[in-house]
Amino acid sequence: MIAPQNDGMKLTVKVWRQASVDVPGQLVSYELSGISPDMSFLEMLDILNERLILKGEEPVAFDHDCREGICGTCGIMINGQPHGPDNNTTTCQLHMRRFKSGDTLILEPWRANAFPVIKDLVVDRAAFDRIIAAGGYVSVNTGNAPDGNAIPVPKTTQEKAMDNAACIGCGACVASCKNASAMLFTSAKVSHLSYLPQGAAEKNERVLKMVARMDEEGFGNCTNTGECAAACPAGIPLASIAKLNREYIRALLASDQ
Amino acid sequence: MSLATEVGILDGKCPTGPIADRWPKYKQDMKLVNPANKRKYTVIVVGTGLAGGSAAASLGELGYNVLSFCVQDSPRRAHSIAAQGGINAAKNYQNDGDSVWRLFYDTIKGGDFRARESNVYRLASISTNIIDQCVAQGVPFAREYGGTLTNRSFGGAQVSRTFYCKGQTGQQLLLGAYQAMMRQVEAGRVKLHTWQEMSDLIVIDGVARGIITRNLRTGAFETYLADAVVLCTGGYSNVYYLSTNAKSCNVTAAWRCHRRGALFANPCYTQIHPTCIPVSGDHQSKLTLMSESLRNDGRVWVPLKKGDTRPPEQIPDDERDYYLERRYPSFGNLAPRDVSSRAAKERCDAGYGVGPNGLSVFLDFRDAIRRDGEPVVRDKYGNLFHMYERITDENPYKQPMRIYPALHYTMGGLWVDYNLQSNIPGLFVLGEANFSDHGANRLGASALMQGLADGYFVLPYTIGNHLASTKLPKVSADHPAAKEALIESRNRVESFLNMNGTRTVQDFHRSLGHIMWDHVGMGRTSASLQTAIGQIRELRDEFNGNVKVVGSAETLNQNLEYAGRVGDFMEFAELLAIDALHREESCGGHFREEYQTEEGEAKRDDENFCYVGAWEFKGTGVEPALWKEPLNFEEIPLATRSYK
Repeated sequence: MIAPQNDGMKLTVKVWRQASVDVPGQLVSYELSGISPDMSFLEMLDILNERLILKGEEPVAFDHDCREGICGTCGIMINGQPHGPDNNTTTCQLHMRRFKSGDTLILEPWRANAFPVIKDLVVDRAAFDRIIAAGGYVSVNTGNAPDGNAIPVPKTTQEKAMDNAACIGCGACVASCKNASAMLFTSAKVSHLSYLPQGAAEKNERVLKMVARMDEEGFGNCTNTGECAAACPAGIPLASIAKLNREYIRALLASDQ
Repeated sequence: MSLATEVGILDGKCPTGPIADRWPKYKQDMKLVNPANKRKYTVIVVGTGLAGGSAAASLGELGYNVLSFCVQDSPRRAHSIAAQGGINAAKNYQNDGDSVWRLFYDTIKGGDFRARESNVYRLASISTNIIDQCVAQGVPFAREYGGTLTNRSFGGAQVSRTFYCKGQTGQQLLLGAYQAMMRQVEAGRVKLHTWQEMSDLIVIDGVARGIITRNLRTGAFETYLADAVVLCTGGYSNVYYLSTNAKSCNVTAAWRCHRRGALFANPCYTQIHPTCIPVSGDHQSKLTLMSESLRNDGRVWVPLKKGDTRPPEQIPDDERDYYLERRYPSFGNLAPRDVSSRAAKERCDAGYGVGPNGLSVFLDFRDAIRRDGEPVVRDKYGNLFHMYERITDENPYKQPMRIYPALHYTMGGLWVDYNLQSNIPGLFVLGEANFSDHGANRLGASALMQGLADGYFVLPYTIGNHLASTKLPKVSADHPAAKEALIESRNRVESFLNMNGTRTVQDFHRSLGHIMWDHVGMGRTSASLQTAIGQIRELRDEFNGNVKVVGSAETLNQNLEYAGRVGDFMEFAELLAIDALHREESCGGHFREEYQTEEGEAKRDDENFCYVGAWEFKGTGVEPALWKEPLNFEEIPLATRSYK
């Protein structure tokens, strides 16, 4: 058990507690003291949980894994902002020095029909995997590849592909969107693969299938509000959605249906 | 305590003949499974990192019926994703003298002559196929303006053979494997089981035939049967509590296989990475690695004067000790990980460390910024600098970074033969979870290479040979071995919930980490290891009677999951220390202070320790039995590893 620091921050943390998807949840308030500004946000939650466990109460369930901003597992709505107030930052990379002693923090899960709550702050994002399964790949079996340099890719094209491939699949875009749309997520993968020559052969089929799957999963429509790009910790630009729309229209025009 | 007694000699089943012909010839001689019959075979793949994802995808493509398991919510999360720097391949695109042979040589030497030549040569030769495969999948590797692939040099190599995607190479390679696997999920050949933790291995008539899992969302225990089990569950750095591994990385699946008879090889080979962000306080829950590509342009130094508290920019050049450049003039700041880490520890232990607690050294970009300008440095390392500033609140463009070594990778793992098959037939182990290719020390940008080599290009062949040449009678979940494994798993969970002790799981884990870092860390001695073994046993006893786990077994209960993993670390930690105690030499990441040269370099004992040490489980707290696999160096003569 870590001894609380006397000179540390005092916080009121209101956390969404919900036992499962079938029962209603509510915000529960906890008072925390002795929080060091050098702690990460999740280390603050670790401390809260340690104290809850010692009192015999259930700790707060929250998603986290790499704690270095790349795995995309963590995601908490902090005071109404996905991943909190810092730009291009996941919850795990947010540090307590961003807040002041005496602050009240409200912690909620991602809210979207397509992301049912599992428990407390943990939601089910398997819908994202199913969107990828619908076509988010280049159909090449192991062993079929030509030499890596047989397919030249201009540096600027590769960089555009990389910028889109940087998506970490956290779901902040969906959580931030008033329509709970998954357009930014889907457009990042469509853009990554459609910029590259390797992905060209099936680009029409890919975009049609991925968008269809996205709709089936119950995500909302895009109204170009742009909250998603502002919330995205990986810096996926709103222009990716425009790219998706261009790819989609081209594919529709080219299709036989 | 007495040193372990050797009970037998292991056969790695390596082919013989000219080294370059071994794998091609071996592949030719393997039995094949008829394409129409492949769908009749079920293969379990546990873990969805680079090894697990690539194996599941490739086996699905071949037509096997694959069941894929991971503890995360999605198969795109595994910790392979966090690898930053790159992946090695002997393409020689830079025309700088690289070759399969040179990559093979570097890996054997880098591993301090404790890896199998046959495996390492195979790895080096496959490396080129991996790049081709990943490019074809759309992995956006960095390019030159002309469109060709570019490379950088990376820790410990004198050629530029590392392919990279900014600082996110692991992420891009993992997403490539994940996407290939999701394509097979869509095709119905891979069935995905997320939120599932393997809690036991089912061994029937001496053959691995399935696993028990706990569904982490519902708490239900489930039995899955198969014709082979492929373990791709990563390494065990988190036995040290603080490491650069993700929080869910654990030894449980490997340890449960070990308890069922799988030998655990070389657990004392742990890698400490030199460029991590230093610990900031007791609250620290994990450490963050910064790619060692930083050492291409950053210079490592400490003040020449002990306890010099001047701001670094005010310390003139002649009062700085660029100790890596001083000690290793030809490799300088690019000296291999183990050498660089120990050199940092040596300076800090001697009182020259910097930062609030004296446990860090400077990594300085002043000269690179002067030479190339800030935009060039920003282009290369912008994301790493940003990450550093976010964590430490210090601007590395203006003042040097502070770094300190941290646990990062584990070379040890379950023992496997050339087929990547453990001593339990039907149990294959891939990636970091096995012990096979890195010897006592792994070179930078080689983990991604090995994970993908195993999954894309080795296992798909060797598993076919196993399935085609082994009689596999039908088994059922009612078999006593399956039922027993299920009941044991269930009882274990209940015992945690019924214990109602006074200390939390995290508290115990932190205590274990302190024991391991203090006594089984970068410098080990006979005395420190014996102390560790005693303390681990005491702590384990307390854990088994006094851990406090709340909540129920029927819902998502992260605290309960954690208890199981820490419980296994408590057992495994002792084996790691026993292995370190028995290995009375220094090699790679295993540094015994009693065995060093006058200059403080690692001193191997090839006469007595040129073997793989693989341990057999005999019971918790009971001395394990030691199997040995002698290592022969026919291609590269044993030599002292020197980077001077």
